[in-house]
Amino acid sequence: MSSKETKKNKDKILPFFGVGKILPFVKPYRKTMIVMVLCGLLGSATDIGMPLFQRYSLNHFVQGGTLDTLVLFIIAYIAMIVSQAAANYVSCEHAMRVEVSINRDIRNAIFSHLQTLAFSFFNQNSVGYIHARVMSDSSRIGSLVSWSLMDTIWHTSYLIGSVVVMFSINFKLSLYVVSIVPAVVILFSIFQRRLIQVNREIRELNSIITGDFNEGITGAKTIKSLVIEDTMTDKFVNDTANMRSRSISASRLRGLFAVTMNFASSAALAIVLWRGGYIAKEEVGTFSLFMSYARGMMEPVRWIIDAFSDFVTTQVNIERVTRILETKSDVTDTPEVIEKYGDSFDPKRENWEEMKGDIEFKDVSFMYPDGDEYVLEHFDLKIPFGTNIAIVGETGAGKSTLVNLVCRFYEPTSGQILIDGRDARERSQLWLHSNIGYVQQTPHLFSGTIRENLLYGNPNATEDQIMKALELCSADSVLEHVPGGLDGDIGEGGDTLSTGEKQLISFARAILCDPRILVLDEATASVDTIIEQKIQNAIDTIIEGRTSIVIAHRISTVKNADIILVVKDGQIVERGKHDELMAEKGYYYNLYTRQYEDEATSAFLG
Amino acid sequence: MDQLEKTRMSDTAILTGFMKGSWKYFFASTFCSLINSGSDMIIPQILRCAIDNIIGGSDEMSDLVRTVTDYFGGTERLRKELWIVALAIMAVAAVKAISQYVFRVSHTKGSETLVKTMRDTLFTHIERLPYEWHMKNHTGDIIQRCTSDIDTLRRFISEQMTAVVRILIMLGLSMGFMFSMNTKLTLIALIPTPIIFLYSLIYQSRMRVRFRVCDEAEGVLSAMAQENLTGVRVVRAFGRERYERDRFEDHNDYYTGLWSTMGKMMSRFWSVSDTLSGLQVLIVIAVGAVFAVQGRMLAGEYVAFISYNSMMAWPVRQLGRTLSEMSRAGVSVERISDIQNADEESDEPGAQRPDMNGDISFEHVSFAYDGTTDVLNDINFTMKAGSTLGIMGGTGSGKSTIVLLLDKLYDVQKGRGRITVNGTDIRDIDTKYLRENIGMVLQEPFLFSATIAENIAITTEGVDMDKVREASAAACLDEAVEGFAKGYDTFVGERGVTLSGGQKQRAAIARTLMKDTPIMIFDDSLSAVDMETDAKIRASLEKRFGTASIILISHRINTLSKADKIIVLEHGHIAEEGTHDELKSAGGIYQKIYEIQSGGKEAADEQ
Repeated sequence: MSSKETKKNKDKILPFFGVGKILPFVKPYRKTMIVMVLCGLLGSATDIGMPLFQRYSLNHFVQGGTLDTLVLFIIAYIAMIVSQAAANYVSCEHAMRVEVSINRDIRNAIFSHLQTLAFSFFNQNSVGYIHARVMSDSSRIGSLVSWSLMDTIWHTSYLIGSVVVMFSINFKLSLYVVSIVPAVVILFSIFQRRLIQVNREIRELNSIITGDFNEGITGAKTIKSLVIEDTMTDKFVNDTANMRSRSISASRLRGLFAVTMNFASSAALAIVLWRGGYIAKEEVGTFSLFMSYARGMMEPVRWIIDAFSDFVTTQVNIERVTRILETKSDVTDTPEVIEKYGDSFDPKRENWEEMKGDIEFKDVSFMYPDGDEYVLEHFDLKIPFGTNIAIVGETGAGKSTLVNLVCRFYEPTSGQILIDGRDARERSQLWLHSNIGYVQQTPHLFSGTIRENLLYGNPNATEDQIMKALELCSADSVLEHVPGGLDGDIGEGGDTLSTGEKQLISFARAILCDPRILVLDEATASVDTIIEQKIQNAIDTIIEGRTSIVIAHRISTVKNADIILVVKDGQIVERGKHDELMAEKGYYYNLYTRQYEDEATSAFLG
Repeated sequence: MDQLEKTRMSDTAILTGFMKGSWKYFFASTFCSLINSGSDMIIPQILRCAIDNIIGGSDEMSDLVRTVTDYFGGTERLRKELWIVALAIMAVAAVKAISQYVFRVSHTKGSETLVKTMRDTLFTHIERLPYEWHMKNHTGDIIQRCTSDIDTLRRFISEQMTAVVRILIMLGLSMGFMFSMNTKLTLIALIPTPIIFLYSLIYQSRMRVRFRVCDEAEGVLSAMAQENLTGVRVVRAFGRERYERDRFEDHNDYYTGLWSTMGKMMSRFWSVSDTLSGLQVLIVIAVGAVFAVQGRMLAGEYVAFISYNSMMAWPVRQLGRTLSEMSRAGVSVERISDIQNADEESDEPGAQRPDMNGDISFEHVSFAYDGTTDVLNDINFTMKAGSTLGIMGGTGSGKSTIVLLLDKLYDVQKGRGRITVNGTDIRDIDTKYLRENIGMVLQEPFLFSATIAENIAITTEGVDMDKVREASAAACLDEAVEGFAKGYDTFVGERGVTLSGGQKQRAAIARTLMKDTPIMIFDDSLSAVDMETDAKIRASLEKRFGTASIILISHRINTLSKADKIIVLEHGHIAEEGTHDELKSAGGIYQKIYEIQSGGKEAADEQ
């Protein structure tokens, strides 16, 4: 039933695995990293040295039959253990710090870059996708430059060190031992490549199963009424069977991998015994030293290959992150504007002009960046301060376009939008946004208290202003339901409030900024009649004394508007005052009549 | 009251149920790990023999070793031909490799079979639970139980329990060999191990608490990012980019700080336990050296003893860690058994399958969702087979409840009236059979993650494209679908294209039309399509319906006017009943609405 999306992204390897692109994030920690690497090397040196102690003990004490240097031996051994522990402590601790710091910096960089990206970006990428970039890609990268790097260093140096020690003690025997390493490396690399592939498949299957659960549970009503429980269950059982067989073949692969490694170290041991057994006669210690190294040599090889595969798989994460960071916003302020008015993070409010509130569309044509059709062509409209504009049309007809342009969420493809007679692009986005109040159809509140939400647009509002705003919007009654009132927690996304209550709070939030321009997307969600009445009153109150653009669903709002724009299939098909449009008996007339009937009917039925 | 008598399945019963089919794999894997550890133990013995007897020339050996060496021609010959010993090592390594491989594969088989059984059991069960149960429980919570609680259980059974067994095997074997070689040195070697074990147990448990703190902080940070992204319009419109950035960075700092501290703790744990283990090894090396010099131990024995000692070191530390992780499973079992213990939908024995093309009647039906507030009150009506019934009513009037009861998504309680189809009480009708014969289109339809064609044909076996095209033409969906680049192969649902509300409703209508069911219900199912399409769909539906009985729920007179009978619901009871012509002048609610809707244009003009 599920048609699989084909993954086109094959394992192509970027130069240096794309690590070059994240160097700016690594740079601030180069000192920490140097300490980390040095201590890592020290730790690995003590690892190499450990078998030497055993060799001495065997050669000198056991075979030599004397205990003369035992105390010195013990002291040296302890010193060795302690310095090893210290070195490992420092290198681990530093690696951890580098990891989390780089994670943090990348997260911050993406997050703060996202705050500047245009809406086209958010329309083209789902919240889930962007969220994963902020939260999970960053952590993969951090662990790559700390742990994968550390592992490579640790194990490479151990490998090199132990080979050097072996060669310096017995050249010929060392040659035998080292000879199996290349074979093992090649074998492991082949395994690893297959493993990466299989792991990806398993991850995909896993998300399919989670999706099945989701569907089987959220779609319960539909499933039952269609009587397709068995279809759903069959599909599910099929998916889990797939998962099982994939996982088992993956474990065959992993098993083979681990077994080969162990077998290779036993082989190395056998070689030492076969070609070097004679040494034991004179120097048991040296013999045991070779045994230790031979057995311990395959482990580092595996770690290095693991780290290598991390570098390969993390490329994807690096690519995704850099793609976001390199995305340019469709809506940007010119350097001159930033110079004068500041950017979104550091505004120069002292240079900001007061806004009057006149808006003018001058020969505006517009096409959405991801669209292929003009939704506005040579559009002219003057909206003097205090005008109330209503935009009406069916759901999905494209009523938000004008709002998106006025708010500069998008730039016109050609033509100009003038604010107070000057091109909107001559002032900063933040200046514009600070003068626009915006109420969404589905109100979005943040977790926290009502006060925090109200202060969102105007952090400096006084208690009086807050109360007045609440009263104006009849939102003061909401406080009564919330334990703790203004300072009561309203849960994630304000979800302890009803939709209507959220709406009222979002009105209060908007007018607390006392904006010159108010943009309002009326709610369509059904709310009870009392709240509905309150919302209606609130709208009437707050649009007064401002330029307002209302995406209207309610008759009364439409009727009193100074200009009504009627939108159909993305185009503005009619415009005028209510009476004029009704007299035309055109599209608006039909739309209005139906809406009127619906409302009257619902009102009557209760 | 049957539920009270039914005893709740115990948690152990549920667990053993889940283990069915997988325990034998776990048993096999444990057996393999025994062989695996056993072969690990033999290699030091071979080396010891090689060092002491074969190369060292000592004659001191156990009878078993003597028999083996004699078999290969005695120590003298072996000394010259060491490759035989090397081969012996390879042979043991081969046994080890095979057992290790079989261990891994059978362990995965066990673990995956376990997960599959758990998931399948739970999913199948959930699909068969009554609709009422689905309404009572939060979707997010159920999904959480199906994913993360199952995962906790899997880890408990397949990782932690089996790991404990393996660790104990390893510990037991290496200690056994050590004791067999030198009791005194073994006792000395064992002195520090309880300290190492306890240290790792206590420290790991403490870190677990910190992990949870970190996880919570990550949750907050993640939610912050989520809120920022979903509320991007608000953030921009209020010009609060800087505030958002600063807030995120602050919490990011806090979260990073937690992990830094965690990093310190972890590094400390590793170095301290490394030091402790190192000291333990030192004790063995030093005391062993003394023993050897005193002649109580040979060089090979010394080497072998150190090997066994190092084999013991890791399990001791691992045991502490595993035990500290093991506590969470109890909660998860309980959360899963809550679901498992809910009763599935079931029919009384002898459920009937009558001809559904008959009269439908509600006889004095009353219903309350919560058992106290009646949503329906003494509903009484009959609709003739093949006729059309219109239902009108406001929000909360109970109109949707009527069809939920008819489709047995909720059951009419005993003594609160009954619903009959063709004279048979629906309580006696096979539930699946009943639903298969009722085509219902919901107001907010749910589409599945599949192509449009697969969605439309979901109730049929295979996808008959001709029928799909025909159904979607009747539902006026064809034009919209042809507008998509991939047409009927367009993927919709959670991971695909999002359809508009109107398109979804039309897809749902097409889906229902795929089967010519004798009863069809349209629950306000054209609310999101525009008026032209509304009229078109109604016209095409009228053409299609032959002998089917149709229930239309709507508040539009246009939709209802042609019905053979219309009932108007008010606060759960029938306020008016009759045909359009009768009701439009009856002076009641219907007439008022008729006037509003037919005089709407005039009324609007006047204002």
